[in-house]
Amino acid sequence: MNTLIKFFKPFLLLELLKGMSVTGKYFFARHITVEYPEEKTPQSFRFRGLHAQRRYPNGEERCIGCKLCEAVCPALAIKIEVAERADGSRRTTQYDIDLTKCIFCGFCEESCPVDAIVETRVFEYHGEKRGDLYYTKEMLLAVGDKHEAQIAQDRASDAKYR
Amino acid sequence: MSFETILFYLFAAVTVFAALRVITARNPLHAVLFLVLAFVSSAGIWLLLEAEFLAITLVLVYVGAVMVLFLFVVMMLDINLEQLRKGFWQWLPVGALLAALIVVQMVWVLGDNSNTNGLTAIKHAADYSNTKELGRLIYTDYVYPFELAAVLLLVAMVAAIALTFRRRRDVKAQDISKQVSVRREDRVRLVTTPAVMKQQSDERRVTDRRNAD
Amino acid sequence: MMELLQTLQLLGQDLLGAAWMPVWTVIKIMLIVLPIMGTVAYLTLMERKVLGFMQIRPGPNRVGYWGLLQPVADGIKLLTKEFIIPNGSNKFLFVAAPVLALTPALAAWAVIPFDDGMTLANVNAGMLYLIAMTSLGVYGIIIAGWASNSKYAFLGALRSAAQIVSYELAMGFALVCVLLAAQSMNFGDIVRGQSHGNGMLGWYWIPLFPMFIVYFLAGVAETNRAPFDLAEDESAIVAGFHTEYSGMGFAIFFLAEYANMILIAALTSVMFLGGWLPPFDIAPLNQIPGLIWMIGKMSVMLFIFLWFRATFPRYRYDQLMRLGWKVFIPLTLIWVVVVAAWMQTPYWLW
Repeated sequence: MNTLIKFFKPFLLLELLKGMSVTGKYFFARHITVEYPEEKTPQSFRFRGLHAQRRYPNGEERCIGCKLCEAVCPALAIKIEVAERADGSRRTTQYDIDLTKCIFCGFCEESCPVDAIVETRVFEYHGEKRGDLYYTKEMLLAVGDKHEAQIAQDRASDAKYR
Repeated sequence: MSFETILFYLFAAVTVFAALRVITARNPLHAVLFLVLAFVSSAGIWLLLEAEFLAITLVLVYVGAVMVLFLFVVMMLDINLEQLRKGFWQWLPVGALLAALIVVQMVWVLGDNSNTNGLTAIKHAADYSNTKELGRLIYTDYVYPFELAAVLLLVAMVAAIALTFRRRRDVKAQDISKQVSVRREDRVRLVTTPAVMKQQSDERRVTDRRNAD
Repeated sequence: MMELLQTLQLLGQDLLGAAWMPVWTVIKIMLIVLPIMGTVAYLTLMERKVLGFMQIRPGPNRVGYWGLLQPVADGIKLLTKEFIIPNGSNKFLFVAAPVLALTPALAAWAVIPFDDGMTLANVNAGMLYLIAMTSLGVYGIIIAGWASNSKYAFLGALRSAAQIVSYELAMGFALVCVLLAAQSMNFGDIVRGQSHGNGMLGWYWIPLFPMFIVYFLAGVAETNRAPFDLAEDESAIVAGFHTEYSGMGFAIFFLAEYANMILIAALTSVMFLGGWLPPFDIAPLNQIPGLIWMIGKMSVMLFIFLWFRATFPRYRYDQLMRLGWKVFIPLTLIWVVVVAAWMQTPYWLW
């Protein structure tokens, strides 16, 4: 009898029907897709997107050219040249980030003693040529100027966890 | 000339051309495909004769199944044409003799019109079912020859399988029926190992002590 | 619908006289082929939508409202792509193969009844014609595989040929059961034979239930659809027999595959699900035109095709062969005998 049941049970295709009931159930389930340009997933204030160079409220750039970020960068994406400015302070003459090399690990941000280099929440940027993704100091400062309010707010929200 | 006659000559010309190409084509695969064409166009001729059952069966059995297997084999074979061509002139007289014999026989049989004299094909109405008639004839008047042919085919099939069927002992292969009929009970056996028993007894001791406390 | 066609025919006869006959046939062919092409296009969208829904995602929804223009975009893309003929391929056969795949898939539609009397050719041996046509479809695949001069294509073609020849037998025997039950090979008569009972209880899916399942599954295998899509097993042989095809050649193979799917759906509904008959022979349902019922039944079968694809993983090749030869064929043979015996008893109610 047992053998008979064993022989005939597969003919009922129960396993297949079970599988189809699972997919059939999900057919009516609510989609979990985020339809991107119209909908966006919430971002953390620690989101690591496009880099920016910040300034002090008086307009002076923060970066002092200590090269800690250049040293810590695992992808060797940062290039810094330093010179003494007319007022005697140490400033960068060149601060480039090659975004095609960058892995967005956030080490530069962590290592910076003056919170000059930061990663913003911006992730919707593109380059049409390779060179477009090679960000120079002016470009980074421009990004910083544009998003300063958001950057400052994100630093403030993160401060209590540090 | 009626439309049917035109169709007949068209099909006949295609059949003859295709049959010729079967034996002249250099590529064996092309030869097989021309054979398919010959079958299809002769099925067309049969359709003109209102033998739709035979015509469709020809397409179904020969074109749909047999020639597919032919193609299958021809595609995988590496045929050495040089070797096949060897001895062509040597065997030509025998072949020519045979061909002449066949031609003479065909002329003899087909040239004699006495048994078809005065008979013309009867046109049937559209609802006439050739298939039904054929079935009725096969299972009444011709039932013994038909069954005999069936037994002959069965014997041939069994013989073909018996000749090619062998169980190779040196090859490891999966037995799928065994694989799919496996149940959980056949493979998984839950045993309580000493470690587990110790653990369980430890837990029991802990709970006992806790209860005692 | 029928009245419309009849008025059209009378009008044409007055206008053209004897020359009307071929013109009318061509019009009828167009009336069948063009909707099929449209259905194929939208079946691809439906497939992507159904697969998407079953995977909890919305599927294509960017081109047009709800993705409704997606098939058009796909068509334009495929039409404008280059048709590459590989070096070392057999050029004539390479180009002819897609045509050979599509022609039988469309030719088979000649005998399908869409409504009572609404068929292109009311052939007595319709079922035989149909088996013959579906068995020809394999040539396109084999020739494509061989003419491509590519190992992947060749392997795909061999797999497909063996698979189709094997499952054709099971399909044929399942059809023999229908033939026994209906006592006719004419599809119109087969559907009329199912009208005696009370609505859907009179259809052949009840007495021939195992055959209904076997026929549909064999049909899935015959059209090389998942879970039997070994011929285009992308994880093992790239894309199978159409690895080397691009642009229009690929599009035609695609058309052939989906036209075959629709054909199997139509056949299953005609032979087992009562074709144009309503499921219950009561007032509001039997007022609906038969064509609508036919299309509805076909849509359900097509949905099941897609449901299978969303659910089941691909068979291994030896499992596939075992299923065909060791399960389906014995089962169908047994059921032929069972049905033949059953019909001799008074308990045959169909």
